[in-house]
Amino acid sequence: MTDIPQPGATPVERPAPKGDSLLVTDARTKRRNRAERRFKAYGIAALGVGMAFLVALLWAILSNGLTAFTQSYVQLDVPLLEEKLDKDGDRDPAKIAKVSTFGYAPLIEAGLVDLVEKTRVETELAPKALTKILSSSAAAQLRDRVLANPDLIGQTVSVELLASSRVDGYLKGRVSRASLARDKNLDAEHLDLIDAWRDAGLVEKRFNWDFITGADASDSRPEQAGIGVAMLGSLFMMLVVLILSLPIGVAASIYLEEFAPQNRLTDMIEVNISNLAAVPSIVFGILGLAVFIQFMHLPQSAPLVGGLVLTLMTLPTIIISTRAALKAVPPSIRNAALGVGASKMQAVTHHVLPLAMPGILTGTILGLAQALGETAPLLLIGMVGYIATNYPDGVAEGFLAPNSAMPAQIYEWAKRADPAFYERAWGGIIVLLVFLLAMNLIAVLLRRRFERRW
Amino acid sequence: MNDMRTMDNTVLNETKITARDVHVHYGTTHAIKGVDVDIADRTVTAFIGPSGCGKSTFLRCLNRMNDTIPGAVVTGEIKIDEADIYDPRVDPVQLRAKVGMVFQKPNPFPKSIYDNVAYGPKIHGLAKNKAELDEIVEKALRRGAIWDEVKDRLHAPGTGLSGGQQQRLCIARAVATEPEILLMDEPCSALDPIATAQVEELIDELRQNFSVVIVTHSMQQAARVSQRTAFFHLGNLVEYGETGKIFTNPEDSRTESYISGRIG
Repeated sequence: MTDIPQPGATPVERPAPKGDSLLVTDARTKRRNRAERRFKAYGIAALGVGMAFLVALLWAILSNGLTAFTQSYVQLDVPLLEEKLDKDGDRDPAKIAKVSTFGYAPLIEAGLVDLVEKTRVETELAPKALTKILSSSAAAQLRDRVLANPDLIGQTVSVELLASSRVDGYLKGRVSRASLARDKNLDAEHLDLIDAWRDAGLVEKRFNWDFITGADASDSRPEQAGIGVAMLGSLFMMLVVLILSLPIGVAASIYLEEFAPQNRLTDMIEVNISNLAAVPSIVFGILGLAVFIQFMHLPQSAPLVGGLVLTLMTLPTIIISTRAALKAVPPSIRNAALGVGASKMQAVTHHVLPLAMPGILTGTILGLAQALGETAPLLLIGMVGYIATNYPDGVAEGFLAPNSAMPAQIYEWAKRADPAFYERAWGGIIVLLVFLLAMNLIAVLLRRRFERRW
Repeated sequence: MNDMRTMDNTVLNETKITARDVHVHYGTTHAIKGVDVDIADRTVTAFIGPSGCGKSTFLRCLNRMNDTIPGAVVTGEIKIDEADIYDPRVDPVQLRAKVGMVFQKPNPFPKSIYDNVAYGPKIHGLAKNKAELDEIVEKALRRGAIWDEVKDRLHAPGTGLSGGQQQRLCIARAVATEPEILLMDEPCSALDPIATAQVEELIDELRQNFSVVIVTHSMQQAARVSQRTAFFHLGNLVEYGETGKIFTNPEDSRTESYISGRIG
């Protein structure tokens, strides 16, 4: 109380300030501030470069790939002549099915000639050459339609048939009159027809559901190729990965984190799990080839084998993230549970595991996302290059029948010669990225949903 | 020392826990060096001593929580009601239902207040139906002296309570399984003075039904709540006796140095 100055008393003289004034920044501080600003600038520059690359990548993917989601179709009237398709006229499905696509080709030709006449375009092309406008699968498309509905026979039906990939490329700007000079598949004359028909609304681009749901097609029919079957292959693989790696990974982590004694052996196991996470994925591929295919004689190219290989690859990721999540649960929670007489297992399943759930799920989904995009191990078990043209019949077939996977399909398209496949590869990348984005979104949502504080 | 509440220290009940020649090793560290002690039933026994003297370690021997620490080895004999708790036939899980524990830092489960208390009775099968469980939870919360504060929000998260309330919730959780002994490891060290007073009052009430063993850093607290006090120093039990006597007329010079503030 004594050092409070009394009013009226003489003010205490302040000691003179030591050193420099605070209002002047000294050289040392200036240097430190400069270093800090420099560091910030480096960080912003690094982020900027990263963002620029990302934008460039997205731009490249979208500009190259979005066209795969539209496809050109030609609308024409095809006379489904009874004498060609059903000679006896009794609409017997078995007999109709005997007529192969060669029976339909002349009908389509007639339809095209008719279309040329109707639209009054002068052309020197022979009727046979006109069919180059359409996909070589057009006859098969028409046949499927007739088989599904035999009553159409005898009528002249208006159908939309797939345009050939060159015509599709012309409408998308990929093929020009100049580039056709070196191309035997289509002539400039065809393009005159297409121009006229486009103006008449008979040739148009539409959203290409078949790209998303369809199967891959052979080299000569890029316009028909889709990623749907490969998507299904990826789905079955992911099912195998999820069903195997989540329980095995979580159980292994719980044992290592909560029960295992600390000794040489568990240390060794720990180090090896960390090392496995860094092993190149192709090594897992050759392991899968040796163990699952050569030793266990599982079918080649099967999503089951792909899933097993990817499980091996994903397990270390899941174990590491699960252990980190378990470690992050405060020990006080375990003590609390043990203190009221819970067994160790009860403490883990009732208290620790629910709290670790967000971390476990995030790790699992990120592991799955990594597995979804993996191509290299699939090379060795025969899932790359296999062209699955049909949907698997049933669930068992889905696991065991040869199939491809999305990244393998993309790789397959990217190495084919026809530029129309190149466009499909970029389109496939978009589909794959949409899947990965969706999985990351699920991971974020689950994390939010399960997150609790303690 | 005059302001210490004196309690009736004359009534001493029969022995509940007997420890003979207890040693604890953590790897190469010899943490407890031959402790002999008899802890009475329905009594508050305080363990005091400087940091690292082994009082918490010894407390954790009494419900075998040391089993969960890798490298901890306990030798000697600890009997509760004449049964050796380190007998190979004893399941530590069953033992911990009988010997409840309250920890230094309040550690409610990140669940509702109700679920926190109901957890123990549930896993031990103490309630046959929901109504019985409700009854047990209410009784435990009343014994934890927190019922009036939480009865309207039993389904609110236990972690949302204040520190003192959380600790009383943890005490309620510990008594819900009807233990015979309650171990408390510095239960008030994370609490403010008001919450501490509430918990101390509660400990005094718990003496009616349980034998309470409390480890504390605060000598005043030991003097306020306990009937008997044990002074630990460097892994040895230096002196053990009636609280009043330990604080007013200690026999050992080390005890005197500690309570008068010269060591520790």
